[in-house]
Amino acid sequence: MASPRWFYQISGRWLPWLSLLTFVSIIIGVIWGLGFAPQDAKQGNSFRIIYIHVPASFLALVGYYIMAISGAIAIIWKIKLADVVMKSAAPIGASLTFIALLTGAVWGKPTWGTYWIWDARITSMLILFFLYLGVIVLQKAYSAQGLSNKAAALLALVGTINIPIIYKSVDWWYTLHQPATIKFTEAPSMHPDMFQPLLIMIIGFYLFYVTALIVSMRAEIIFRERNTSWVKELALNLKDKRPI
Amino acid sequence: MHTLRRYRLTMVIFIVTTTSVAVGLMSYALRENINLFYTPSSVISGDAPVNVTIRIGGMVVKDSLTRSKQSLQSTFRVTDGKSEVDVYYDGILPDMFSEGEGAVATGEINGDLVFIASSILAKHDENYMPPEVTYALDEAAK
Repeated sequence: MASPRWFYQISGRWLPWLSLLTFVSIIIGVIWGLGFAPQDAKQGNSFRIIYIHVPASFLALVGYYIMAISGAIAIIWKIKLADVVMKSAAPIGASLTFIALLTGAVWGKPTWGTYWIWDARITSMLILFFLYLGVIVLQKAYSAQGLSNKAAALLALVGTINIPIIYKSVDWWYTLHQPATIKFTEAPSMHPDMFQPLLIMIIGFYLFYVTALIVSMRAEIIFRERNTSWVKELALNLKDKRPI
Repeated sequence: MHTLRRYRLTMVIFIVTTTSVAVGLMSYALRENINLFYTPSSVISGDAPVNVTIRIGGMVVKDSLTRSKQSLQSTFRVTDGKSEVDVYYDGILPDMFSEGEGAVATGEINGDLVFIASSILAKHDENYMPPEVTYALDEAAK
């Protein structure tokens, strides 16, 4: 259980289904959100970038916890698979944070009148991007894999405080960014016709995240276990099936 | 639990809590600087510095916007529900700028407590609604 080899084998069976579900939900969400959801009374069509911006931001924050918690598990219990999760989660999280910042800038110009402002929400989100980059770089800092993992996990843990700061920044300080539309405690302040495709997109991004994480973890597992007999066997089997 | 694991767990909890407390105290101490803008109340009470470039933010007061017919000059008032400040601006207002909506202005407070803005940004709220629903709500309110 929870050995890299076990994970590689079981995830191979999940992957086709996960990819299919990801594809279907994002296609439905994009077509519904961009083509059929009503436009906003004040912002017109430019509000539609919410269908990318919000899901990407959500997963950028959730992904950081996934990375930091698996880093902690790897430090405390020395579980190999947790190391692999942490390493694979960093580039995916960095990409999603970049997408959130980029779509935010594109959205900011027609609504606020500027691409960028140094308010608490946007600045803390930029810090999140740099934290992700730091974790990626620290993974390659030492030639010994164990040291690199420990350094990256420590940075990830130190950065966890940034997540509640990002989430609550719009309530704690005066910002240009508006408060959250989707709250844990109340109904979303959005018309259901607009909210339903957004929900599909959020589910789609969650599925995409899990799929991308598994694909990246499998590649990392093969790389780390390249000298074991099961990987060699796997490579030989592949070679027989698809001769180069 | 194994002693070594318990030690590592304690270390992880220690790192997370101490850095959280440190960052929390720092952002609490710097809260005035983290705020993007001053409120109209802090301008009236004199907390906001005069003749220094700052930002103020608030709601644009209904029926307070006047535009010059010959130039881009405009004046309006912003409120935070307690106090109001006059804003003077010479430039193009953002598309989303309108009365009853939020705005953030960059500029200076002059001696008469009028805010001379060099740039205006519109601030929108977190509510999204189709035009028909807004229309229906407006009709119902009348």
